[in-house]
Amino acid sequence: MVIGEAAIRAGCRFYAGYPITPQNEIPEYMAEHLRQVEGGVFIQSESEVAAIHMVAGASAAGARSMTSSSSPGISLKQEGISSLAACQLPAVIVNMMRGGPGLGNISPSQGDYFQATRGGGHGDYRVIVLGPATAQEMADLTMDAFTLADQYRTPVMILADGMMGQMMEPVVFKEPQPRVYPEIYIMKGAGAGKSKFIRGLILDPLDMEEHNWTLDRKYQVIARKETRHELYGTDDAELILVAYGTGARIAKGAIKRLRNTGLKVGLFRPITLWPFPTNELRDLAKKVENFLVFELSTGQMLEDVRLALQGFARIGFHGRPGGVVPTPAELANVVTRQYDRKQGIIEHH
Amino acid sequence: MKKVFGRPKSMKANIFHYCAGCGHSIAHRLIAEVIDELDIRGITIGVPPAGCAVLAYNYFDVDMIEAQHGRGPAMATGIKRVLPDRIVFSYQGDGDLAAIGIAESFHAANRGENITVIFINNAVYGMTGGQMAPTSILGQKTTTSPTGRQSVLEGHPIRVSEIFSLLPGTTYIERCTVNSPASILRTKKAIRKAFQCQIDGLGFSLIEILSPCPTNWKMTPVDSCRWIDEAMSKEFPLGILKDVPAEQKKGERRHAG
Repeated sequence: MVIGEAAIRAGCRFYAGYPITPQNEIPEYMAEHLRQVEGGVFIQSESEVAAIHMVAGASAAGARSMTSSSSPGISLKQEGISSLAACQLPAVIVNMMRGGPGLGNISPSQGDYFQATRGGGHGDYRVIVLGPATAQEMADLTMDAFTLADQYRTPVMILADGMMGQMMEPVVFKEPQPRVYPEIYIMKGAGAGKSKFIRGLILDPLDMEEHNWTLDRKYQVIARKETRHELYGTDDAELILVAYGTGARIAKGAIKRLRNTGLKVGLFRPITLWPFPTNELRDLAKKVENFLVFELSTGQMLEDVRLALQGFARIGFHGRPGGVVPTPAELANVVTRQYDRKQGIIEHH
Repeated sequence: MKKVFGRPKSMKANIFHYCAGCGHSIAHRLIAEVIDELDIRGITIGVPPAGCAVLAYNYFDVDMIEAQHGRGPAMATGIKRVLPDRIVFSYQGDGDLAAIGIAESFHAANRGENITVIFINNAVYGMTGGQMAPTSILGQKTTTSPTGRQSVLEGHPIRVSEIFSLLPGTTYIERCTVNSPASILRTKKAIRKAFQCQIDGLGFSLIEILSPCPTNWKMTPVDSCRWIDEAMSKEFPLGILKDVPAEQKKGERRHAG
């Protein structure tokens, strides 16, 4: 609901989606509210595949466009996400992750981190991935997602989970930015002028290579300029937890408990999952030797943390996949077990 | 001197890459002629498919956005809903429409999306080298039905036009061919009617064109044209399957009489 309202306020005028738990509140909200906005189009599509391609068409035609789904549905959308990246079309995709692989279950999970941050579909591309941890951030990042999608002409994913979807928290919607998107990229008929085409098929390998490098240069700029993260209690920390989204909420609860026992623990929370705030995390390793990654998965973001910290710090891990949501108390116990004040973290292999 | 024949304004001055005797180039030209005649070049957006016509944007001088295999009608839906006063057409082969994209095509038709689909049925997968299509006829030999298509193993050819004409969202559906001068003229008339339906805001229109593929049928162009008459059109009878504007006119006349 927060995402739907934020999207409409951000100027989203096209939504297509297919029902799947746990994210049905978004299409239901859009069905009621987007249609009330002038020019607002809501379509319940026949499939996830159709939805993402409808979004591609609407985006090419000049509308700020969005679709949402949950894990198995996002897998189906990957064909279209790859195509959006290839054709440099802006769009916002929301994934309220649930347990997997396969049909899995409908409980909160962070098992789609690899899929989201490594492109997800076929080919050489990346998707900007934003990981909100509060309802307020879901509102803010949804609005930012549309701006980023336009700015870089690329799909942007909001990566949250079923827990975030069910949360009730007060939200203040920020003032939306006016849209800046050059007319030249919008396909609306040639008029009296020259016709144009948008394509992902580039048969000549040298031309395709050039296209790949063009995309890559864009991704390099994004990686340099768009990383976001939050630091929580890191100033005096001896040990830093690394967690995002729902995992970061649990981590904050655990940190409060641990600090009550005298253990100085902080949190590094990536907000952009791609680009991952590698340098910002590595900076912390100048002061702190011990890091513990916590995820609702068997360890996916762990790989990005290793890329940032391997050789600089000791890295531990705790994960609960499958839709299990551990309590802050459980995480606090794990930290106490894995962290020895004299020896530091017991490394995870 | 009076010019009696020239390149349609809606065609670029590029040479077709299609094989000798292929029906795509004829279909392209007919669409371009209709776009010119209806004077809609500047407001038309085309969606080419994956398949032999994937490079259609090299030939049509109208705005075009390429769809992934089978997703043309979904993409066209997105475009048309955002720009309802534009003319949007999707160009699709038999694999694109009747196999991998049957859901997108069927549901766009069922929603009565006000778009036009040009459906090239050549009973074979052309670009990938002659594999069986959902519209390959029984007994037809392809690289993946080397002894001929058998219904027990591969099912029956799908009659897209008949099936789609049952959907209330569709307004004009005709099956034609391009294997003779007379049939080409009839096809052009059909394409024009389909686009006119869209201009009039009536809903989903589809023109199925039985189209020769000499290369993958392993026939001469002349034999290919004959095969359409002798074999293909027995499975896929030519004619108008649905004409809502004509039915409405008939109804009005009855009412007046």
